[in-house]
Amino acid sequence: MEGEVVLLDFWPSMFGMRTRIALAEKQIKYEYREEDLRNKSALLLQMNPVHKKIPVLIHNGKPICESLIQVQYIDEVWNDRAPLLPPNPYQRATARFWADFVDKKIYDLGGKLWRTKGEEQEAAKKELIECLKLLEGQLGDNPYFGGKDFGFLDVALVPFYCWFYTYEKFGRFSIEAECPKLIAWAKRCMQKESVAKSLADQEKIYDFVLHLKKALGIE
Amino acid sequence: MGEEVKVFGFWSSPYTLRAVLALRLKGVPYEYVEENVLGNKSPLLLKYNPIHKKVPVLLHNGKPIVESLVILEYIDEIWKSKPILPKHPYDKAMARFWAKFFDDKCMPAVWKPFWCPEDEREKAVEEACQCLKTLETALNGKRFFGGEEIGLVDIAANFVGFFLRTMQEVTGLELLSAEKFPHLFKWTDEFVNHSVVKENLPPRDKQLEFNRVIIAKYEAGEIKA
Repeated sequence: MEGEVVLLDFWPSMFGMRTRIALAEKQIKYEYREEDLRNKSALLLQMNPVHKKIPVLIHNGKPICESLIQVQYIDEVWNDRAPLLPPNPYQRATARFWADFVDKKIYDLGGKLWRTKGEEQEAAKKELIECLKLLEGQLGDNPYFGGKDFGFLDVALVPFYCWFYTYEKFGRFSIEAECPKLIAWAKRCMQKESVAKSLADQEKIYDFVLHLKKALGIE
Repeated sequence: MGEEVKVFGFWSSPYTLRAVLALRLKGVPYEYVEENVLGNKSPLLLKYNPIHKKVPVLLHNGKPIVESLVILEYIDEIWKSKPILPKHPYDKAMARFWAKFFDDKCMPAVWKPFWCPEDEREKAVEEACQCLKTLETALNGKRFFGGEEIGLVDIAANFVGFFLRTMQEVTGLELLSAEKFPHLFKWTDEFVNHSVVKENLPPRDKQLEFNRVIIAKYEAGEIKA
């Protein structure tokens, strides 16, 4: 069942972290290959010719692209342990909906916090807080988005937790002050080895963004 | 069986069409509720899709499912006859990949040349053709993206399958032609002539007229992309 598993990734990527978490949850041994996105490897370009992006999961030589698709693939192939998608179709649809919401909103809004200034930044901050509050509402009183158990939506969202520090520094606000339950959830997830080992250090992310801004010529 | 299935949709929406085709393929009876997306959104739509406030909404035994690709997966899981997703996890992953590619890249790219300002058109056409070329490669000479039968990707790609050629007819702007993309062009014929698809497409004349209305609205700045 295992076969050969390779992950082409980039250490600060929240998307790559999702796949790392899923592989760790299922205790799958794999080869991690760090990509230099300014100098993409021939393998990356061959395995993801359409988007040329990481993460790329390569299983027995065949590529799977897009992080949420990778997580579902991992869940379906290694279906004998640590289920990530819930058992019930309606719950699955709900999890997929909110994971799609995270994809549509959090990355771009968070990016605006460090890429932009002034009104654009303020508007992004406001909308990001609204989106995080919606997600927090979805959590309710459950320990995880998956209910009692850590699941698909938890995997989809928790990687952003290591980017919160960067968002907060640039946006000059506290996500914990706005969404205490969400931060409590994130800290709970960090107690899991699969999450703790997969997320990058938040201060390293911040440094990375500082360097990236310089390299991109963003003030 | 006492199952209540409702679809809130818009007759000319490619996203609504996705939900309709899946249900029709599987022979699932449902009630259709037309929403006027260009006018005021109904209280029911806002109730069932408070986050995005869009069609389609699938209501199954009173519970709403939204986002057309999520709806397709749900339909396939509940009604198991005539599966639209492949069985094997790898093939499933590929189908999901192409459906997402279609949504993220193709839809905006293929639509743009028809409404964008003159000075942006050349670049928009180039990007649209790049997407069509990728789709042609993905089709890989098969009859349908799903193989011998239509599947998730065919249903997802209905904008290219049906609507694109109606836009080309109204504007004279040709992105997809038999010369440039022979397999994809042939696929559009297979698609619109499929026994279930052809019964459920928007009426052609009505669609052509609506295209004119929509283009005029974009040109007048009344709607943004």
